[in-house]
Amino acid sequence: MAGDLKRANLPPLSLHVPEPKFRPGDKADYSDLVIPAAGEAQRPDVSAKPDSFHGLAYSLVRVLDDEGRAVGPWDPKLSPERLRAMLRAMALTRAFDERMFRAQRQGKTSFYMKCTGEEAIAVAAAFALDRDDMCFPSYRQQGLLIARDWDLVDMMNQIYSNKGDRLQGRQLPIMYSTKEGSFFSISGNLTTQYPQAVGWAMASAAKGDTRIAATWCGEGSTAEGDFHSACTFASVYRAPVIMNVVNNQWAISSFSGFAGAEATTFAARAIGYGIAGLRVDGNDPLAVYAATEWAAERARTNQGPTLIEHFTYRAEGHSTSDDPSQYRSANEGSDWPLGDPIARLKQHLILLGEWDEERHAAMDLELAERVKASAKEAEKNGILGHGMHQPFETMFEGVFEEMPWHLREQLEQAVNEKKVAGL
Amino acid sequence: MIEAQTVTDGRGDTKRMNMIQAINSAMDVMMARDTNVIVMGEDVGYFGGVFRATAGLQAKYGKTRVFDTPITECGIIGVAVGMGAYGLRPVPEIQFADYIYPALDQLVSEAARLRYRSAGEFTAPITVRSPFGGGIFGGQTHSQSPEGIFTHVSGLKTVIPSTPYDAKGLLIAAIEDNDPTIFFEPKRIYNGPFDGHYDRPTSNWSNHPGGEVPEGYYRIPLGKANVVREGEAVTILCYGTMVHVVASIVAEMRVDAEIVDLRTLVPLDIETIEASVKKTGRCLIVHEATRTSGFGAELSALVQERCFYHLEAPIERVTGFDTPYPHSLEWAYFPGPVRIGEALKKIMKD
Repeated sequence: MAGDLKRANLPPLSLHVPEPKFRPGDKADYSDLVIPAAGEAQRPDVSAKPDSFHGLAYSLVRVLDDEGRAVGPWDPKLSPERLRAMLRAMALTRAFDERMFRAQRQGKTSFYMKCTGEEAIAVAAAFALDRDDMCFPSYRQQGLLIARDWDLVDMMNQIYSNKGDRLQGRQLPIMYSTKEGSFFSISGNLTTQYPQAVGWAMASAAKGDTRIAATWCGEGSTAEGDFHSACTFASVYRAPVIMNVVNNQWAISSFSGFAGAEATTFAARAIGYGIAGLRVDGNDPLAVYAATEWAAERARTNQGPTLIEHFTYRAEGHSTSDDPSQYRSANEGSDWPLGDPIARLKQHLILLGEWDEERHAAMDLELAERVKASAKEAEKNGILGHGMHQPFETMFEGVFEEMPWHLREQLEQAVNEKKVAGL
Repeated sequence: MIEAQTVTDGRGDTKRMNMIQAINSAMDVMMARDTNVIVMGEDVGYFGGVFRATAGLQAKYGKTRVFDTPITECGIIGVAVGMGAYGLRPVPEIQFADYIYPALDQLVSEAARLRYRSAGEFTAPITVRSPFGGGIFGGQTHSQSPEGIFTHVSGLKTVIPSTPYDAKGLLIAAIEDNDPTIFFEPKRIYNGPFDGHYDRPTSNWSNHPGGEVPEGYYRIPLGKANVVREGEAVTILCYGTMVHVVASIVAEMRVDAEIVDLRTLVPLDIETIEASVKKTGRCLIVHEATRTSGFGAELSALVQERCFYHLEAPIERVTGFDTPYPHSLEWAYFPGPVRIGEALKKIMKD
């Protein structure tokens, strides 16, 4: 195999397999990570052609500086009320995650996924979008629902797959779906929502509607064919859609290098498709808001899609099913140079004289109590337990609009099994 | 042998059509009736499709309702799912069934599951049209019959017509259906019925009763088989191209067979199958697709479970071989008159 005499004077080929810089036991060191200063990135006119700002795909849109000041052309100049509402939604998302993660550890459900450190990406986007803009999320954008004031008990019912679950116990916990909340049914298969969001946006455009679509996927799943199909369709038909890539550095245990991050940025994927591309500090709620607002205006004025890479860090494990200390450095999260989105917005509000530590502590307490009360309420409908909360018939309903004979027969069998089992 | 009672009012005058024209007419009728019906796919717009099935539709209904797509089947179906969620009723074309595999995840994990996983809030009322089957020297990438892959998926309907009349009525029913439907078009019989004899002159639809097609709206309900020929000696279950091949060999061999054209594989018309096999006591299953885990295996199991005490002979299956569809040896692969004839002799002797 290696004895090709024809090229004996050439060194053998070697295969490059990416390896993250730090593994367990290593001290993560971010000194060679280039972080552009806040306020530095230019803000193109909404009508600018995508090829006139390629630099933004390699830079980082940042608004909040290290002291908590909002600087530069991307400052969305939000009112203190709006900033406090955003802070509150992020804090509530974190409190919700804490409680539900613990509920899984207490055996109340099978699975949970936190978005710790990534709250700004969903919450700030929800604030920048209209309430009826259609969201096609991945599994870590619970902040969208929370920012849209969705009922926590309703979300928890889904997590517990209990009698109150609007999805009748059919979906894995956190795979929410609500048409009323303009929140598309989450799939466990990665990035399938991307072409769907583009299709929804195309339909909206074809119908002369004014609503736009937004979708999210992780950096790891940009490798899926669906991502590229979606980018092609979005570009070809100038679909009114915002495509968000949440680059939280890790896809379960695979670092972003396995999706191509060693070679380029994820925002740069936009360039080849002729789509507007932005790379944004995902831990900066004002930057996420500003980028989403800009992209939404582009979409709503028929100027086409935008791909936004949110540069962030997954502060916790992928889900309740993995232990990140087994594959990454212990201080990687705590030393993340872009900080924590909640702490940064809090600092900003305090600097403005619109917030203080006492109010923040009181808010955290109030939100924890609210989440706790919601959990108690949801648990009245049952926890997952043995799972037998829904009538057996519901398992066969909704496969088709009308139940065909073969499912009716299988339903009879299931009901009979229930009798035999004495349930 | 056409089920006249399935035709609804307002179907208008009839006209001689081949299967392409009938399919085109179905889309035309539905696009006129419902502005949410849109047609998309590779080459379907200006050009009107590689088989001309969408000819004239873009000129009539405009580019936002009939348009060409990028060459990504995953994207075509994914986009159709999103459009369906919006409230449209997309009719995407996959240029050949052999090209459908990149779309499999969007069909299996998304379109087929959407109603279930959202508890009915989001649905995928999509009709995926795709030419399928062999007999046109298409080689292994333009000849396959992958229906068994889709009948195995919960939440998908699978429809296969065998005449222009059925194609139009079934396609209209599929487009109106609120569930995702795979509509496989047997391309060997687009232009005329096929008797299975590759070395004999071909015929067109002008002399076949199934080529007489109403110009207006009518629907043939999904899930209803058609008894093409009544008989007492043996039941033959088939669909698509094989309906005509079977009819031809039955006539040649003078067997009093009951030929059941299934038309819809899921949901299946089990009542018609059961009644026929209980009457004849023999069951032959014919499909062009590969044998192992093919839809014939499902049919065989169902007939055995339901008609065992009425059977006079073991159930027989005639299928394509478990090889890729060859190019030069196409007619050696195709389950033609010889293979069907041998099976018929065997089942009648037992």
